[in-house]
Amino acid sequence: MTRFIVVRLFQMILALFGIIVIVFFLVRISGNPVLFMISPLSTQSEVEVLQKQLGLDKSYTEQFWIYLKDLAHGDLGESFVKRIPVTEMLGNALPNTLKLGIPSLVLGTVIAIALGVLAATRRDSIFDNGVKFLAILGQALPGFWLAIMAVLVFSVHFQLLPAAGMGGIEYYILPVGTMMFFMLPGMMRLVRSTMLDVLDSEYIKLARIKGLPERIVIWKHALRNAVTAPMTVAGMMLAGLVTGAVITENIFNWPGMGKLAVESAFGRDFPVVQAITIIVAVMVLGMNFLVDIAYAWVDPQIRYERT
Amino acid sequence: MTRWGRISRDLVMILPVTVLAVLIFTAIFADVLAPYPYDKTALPERLTPPAWCEGGSTKHLLGTDTLGRDILSRAIYGARVSLSVSLLAIAITAIVGTALGIFSGYMGGRTDAFIMRVVDVALSFPALLLAILLAVSLGPGFFTVIFALSALGWAGYARIIRGEALRISTSDFVAQAQVIGVSPGRIMLRHIFPNILNILIVGITLSVGAMILAESAMSYLGIGIPPPVPSWGSMVADGRNSLDSAWWISTFPGILIGMVVMSGNFLGDWLRDRLDPRLRQL
Repeated sequence: MTRFIVVRLFQMILALFGIIVIVFFLVRISGNPVLFMISPLSTQSEVEVLQKQLGLDKSYTEQFWIYLKDLAHGDLGESFVKRIPVTEMLGNALPNTLKLGIPSLVLGTVIAIALGVLAATRRDSIFDNGVKFLAILGQALPGFWLAIMAVLVFSVHFQLLPAAGMGGIEYYILPVGTMMFFMLPGMMRLVRSTMLDVLDSEYIKLARIKGLPERIVIWKHALRNAVTAPMTVAGMMLAGLVTGAVITENIFNWPGMGKLAVESAFGRDFPVVQAITIIVAVMVLGMNFLVDIAYAWVDPQIRYERT
Repeated sequence: MTRWGRISRDLVMILPVTVLAVLIFTAIFADVLAPYPYDKTALPERLTPPAWCEGGSTKHLLGTDTLGRDILSRAIYGARVSLSVSLLAIAITAIVGTALGIFSGYMGGRTDAFIMRVVDVALSFPALLLAILLAVSLGPGFFTVIFALSALGWAGYARIIRGEALRISTSDFVAQAQVIGVSPGRIMLRHIFPNILNILIVGITLSVGAMILAESAMSYLGIGIPPPVPSWGSMVADGRNSLDSAWWISTFPGILIGMVVMSGNFLGDWLRDRLDPRLRQL
């Protein structure tokens, strides 16, 4: 087991390094940030000073080496555009993203499990078919379009909710609903199908035979085994939420990481783009790592297969 | 099975196939079918509502946008963009992913470990972020979009197919082929590839929807095919600023995306039930 963890950890670090290399050089071929900062009145010497200030006058390998050294010290650099430390910018943006992300994740998971279980226990009923239909619809419709339709109905037509911006609780309803949509349908389907499998198993039959109330059989015995399925795709869900955050924050003008990512990519703010990419990658890799460990712990066969 | 049961079961296949066939037909014959060119502006007729609404006219069945361009015509040309981009990206990802997956699974050892690490990188890279980066690096355009959609998409195929190839590599017929001295290349092509074909077909069908959604998300963010060429995603974005006066600009392209994606997903599910029941989900 220890060997498995060490190998996986090493692989994870390798993958992370690969991502750092790719993003570092990719942003550098996207154009010279200085050209986005100068005005027609700027002189050639100003441009050169600016290049030097941003550290862009050095060779790529030299720049990369400096970046890696800084990174090892936990220093993510300074924003080209705002001239403040990237950590400070992320410190402002991350809480805003979490304010949407955590409620979406929690609400989405609870709703997905509740609907998935209810649908599975009422297999082929109207309710089950309704849930299936909603899941299929939800997986087919683009999230940004659903968000715009929600704005159209609730903000423009009925004027109940604000269309964009941050503020009180009413500002959260539409964005949280939108972000939830990026994970809910998939998870709901997964819970439902796992639940169907579990309900078919021997120990559920036993629990019923020994006379436990159906409520306990389902919500305690069966559910406990059915919720492990969404866990296996936790990494994927997380990636979905990242995409969800980018789209949602841009639609609702929400000052979080997703909006920052798009703005800094367009503004060639290299350190910010790099930092956001690395953070997302660490989260997804870390999540997959934990899932792998959990699996290897449960099923020893995997330890040999996956290394 | 009752007659109705049979019909409704087949409907799950017939309807999606019909929708996709119509889509392909529309994309090919867009020039003939569209009432107007996609970039023909007519400012006096701007923001005309759809024909069945008050103030609408049969000249523009689905209304016009802020520049007076015909929504129906743009949606028809949009089919061409969505379809060509998605199909090309799917072809690239499927070919690259399958080749690497089989190679990785059959070779095993260090080769396998290395390819799988690259797959790890690709799968944990934030896809939308990469798409934005590529769009600003290479400049928006047809091939940028295809490149952005393909750059990570192959990894999903590679992972699934590698697992299958690994399983098949240990089977008797592969061992026998090795014993009689069949070359590795031939084993991969003639013995392993035919056995993963089912999974591949299901995977390809299921990715039609995913690709169209991804393409539309890119267009929505303004990193897709540059204007004035219409894409369904950018049409939704166009309508965003005039939501209060013209709901129809954003609404129709979204419905089209949903219809096509749903058809792809239904067809994929249907195929999976037929070809590979082990992967059955719903």
